Amino acid sequence: MSAGAVVQSSAGMAKLLDCRDAFSQTLEAMAQADARVCVVVNDSVSSTKLKNFGAKFPERFINVGIAEQNMVGAGTGLANGGMVPYVCGASCFLTARAMEQVKVDLCYSKANVKLCGMSPGMAYGQLGPTHHSIEDLAWTRILPNLAVIVPADPVETAAAMRYSLEHTGPMYLRIARMPVRSVHKDDYTFRLGKAVVLREGSDVTLMANGVLVSRALDAADTLAAAGIEARVLNMSSMKPIDMDAVLDAARTTRGIVTAEEALAAGGLGGAVAEIVAVHHPAPMRILGVPGVFAPTGSAEFLLEHFGLTAQGIHNAALDLLGERN
Amino acid sequence: MTVELGASYREEEDVARLKRLANEIRYSAMTMTNHARLGHTGGDLSAADILATLYLGNILRVDPANPAWPQRDRFIMSKGHCSGAFYSALAFKGFFAREMLGTFMDPLSRLNGHPDKNKLPGVEANTGPLGHGLPIAVGAALAARMRGENWRAFVLTGDGELQEGSNWEAAMTAQHYRLDNLVVMVDRNRIQQGDFTENISRMDALAERWAAFGFAVDEVDGHDHATLLSRLRNLPIEPGKPSCIVAHTIKGKGYSVAENKPAWHHGVPSDDDLAAAAIELGIEVTQ
Repeated sequence: MSAGAVVQSSAGMAKLLDCRDAFSQTLEAMAQADARVCVVVNDSVSSTKLKNFGAKFPERFINVGIAEQNMVGAGTGLANGGMVPYVCGASCFLTARAMEQVKVDLCYSKANVKLCGMSPGMAYGQLGPTHHSIEDLAWTRILPNLAVIVPADPVETAAAMRYSLEHTGPMYLRIARMPVRSVHKDDYTFRLGKAVVLREGSDVTLMANGVLVSRALDAADTLAAAGIEARVLNMSSMKPIDMDAVLDAARTTRGIVTAEEALAAGGLGGAVAEIVAVHHPAPMRILGVPGVFAPTGSAEFLLEHFGLTAQGIHNAALDLLGERN
Repeated sequence: MTVELGASYREEEDVARLKRLANEIRYSAMTMTNHARLGHTGGDLSAADILATLYLGNILRVDPANPAWPQRDRFIMSKGHCSGAFYSALAFKGFFAREMLGTFMDPLSRLNGHPDKNKLPGVEANTGPLGHGLPIAVGAALAARMRGENWRAFVLTGDGELQEGSNWEAAMTAQHYRLDNLVVMVDRNRIQQGDFTENISRMDALAERWAAFGFAVDEVDGHDHATLLSRLRNLPIEPGKPSCIVAHTIKGKGYSVAENKPAWHHGVPSDDDLAAAAIELGIEVTQ
């Protein structure tokens, strides 16, 4: 898909948008307003959509070449020197290749560095598991001091970016490449540590992040048609997580289905399970990639393959409620 | 002529003072590793003269009363395992009370085995895993340039540490951006944890490697305070290029029993070692 492409959703209604456009446009506006904002990239100028940023702010645009450890370390030094660096690269390399720098330089040191993991999940489709980033949520979620944000749409991507500049401390923002429709209104304000209630319901709770949020909303529609009222929570603030919202779901609905474009182990499902297991055990279904490396296929094909679809979420809810198809 | 004689006299006085202070750092570090029964004595001793010159020879523009002074030079102790010497230099400089050195690695001490910037003033980066300091120093040097400020970034690395590829990633960035406000100092003591560096992964010719990566390079005797002072007072080595000073040192320098012995990488001095070292270092121990 070309840059900034707009296509029709399967429902034929809403525009589908690439979150990277909202990301780069917001970052440019932030840099215009705040001289501390700078960027570090690993040669990934076009895939991060930061070509314009580099042209507008060449003195605040550092390209270290293909060198992720150095990229994160340099970000740490820039923060030490009073800048607010946005360290941007494909999430598969940014996290895996530089994990010790993320742990030590950023998290342990509490450096004010913003990691922007681009094209996460299985967005690189046919390029294969080397380029997929389905492990990043488990890796980042466990690190002390790191805020982990998985925006659901372009509106939330822009809002989370703006929030990141107000937040002092390390942050990982997962910026989707796969086109999604907007689930938030334009005046949406991102709040760290808060789940966003997108739909009320008392039978079952659907919790999702990133590109799975709109699919969870679609699942709630089809469940409603079957007489089941599903609550839908956008869990974009993965860490800190909204413990109250999770416990309320465990107490007031009959169970929780989580869905994320990541390994089923260690991500959003894991985070929710850790809370309910200790404080209020509740039936759960955890949708994600089930402990395998993906076969060859497009991003859309792979989401279908692993049941990370509205239908898959619908089916998991029915299964949880004991109402098989 | 009188002016020159005066300057030379002051120079000699500076050098004599640094020699004494470096030995005090050595003894302090050995006291700390003796106390904790842990630590990296060999590297503490090889780096002591470099640290003394940087901090107590007033090369680094830092203000212990205002450790977060935005215009300060940044010094990154990339060989964070040599915290005994590093903490001693910081305390001698006045960043915190010398008495705190006696808590080295005690339960809940602010003096962790490896430095933590959130616990101690004067520490710029949490180091310990090797190959982290140079990328951070590169970022700091870039920040100074972006902000139009004239402070500098210094980093002290070990030599074995340079086996980590992240250093060379950062070296490429430093030369690409022509960071002449960056100074890399290598404590070339030729020994790493397991053996002599040349037996594990040949590091020679080290200076030529840095030069090939676009650095202006100087090689010095890392225990010669007069040379260290004169080189560090005349930075950058070459405008438009990052500077690298390869400081040839002896691991365990100052305590003959420990000198040039791989076992002293993390060897810990006994009480007897400490007493013998005090004599060799010219330290008067008051009981």
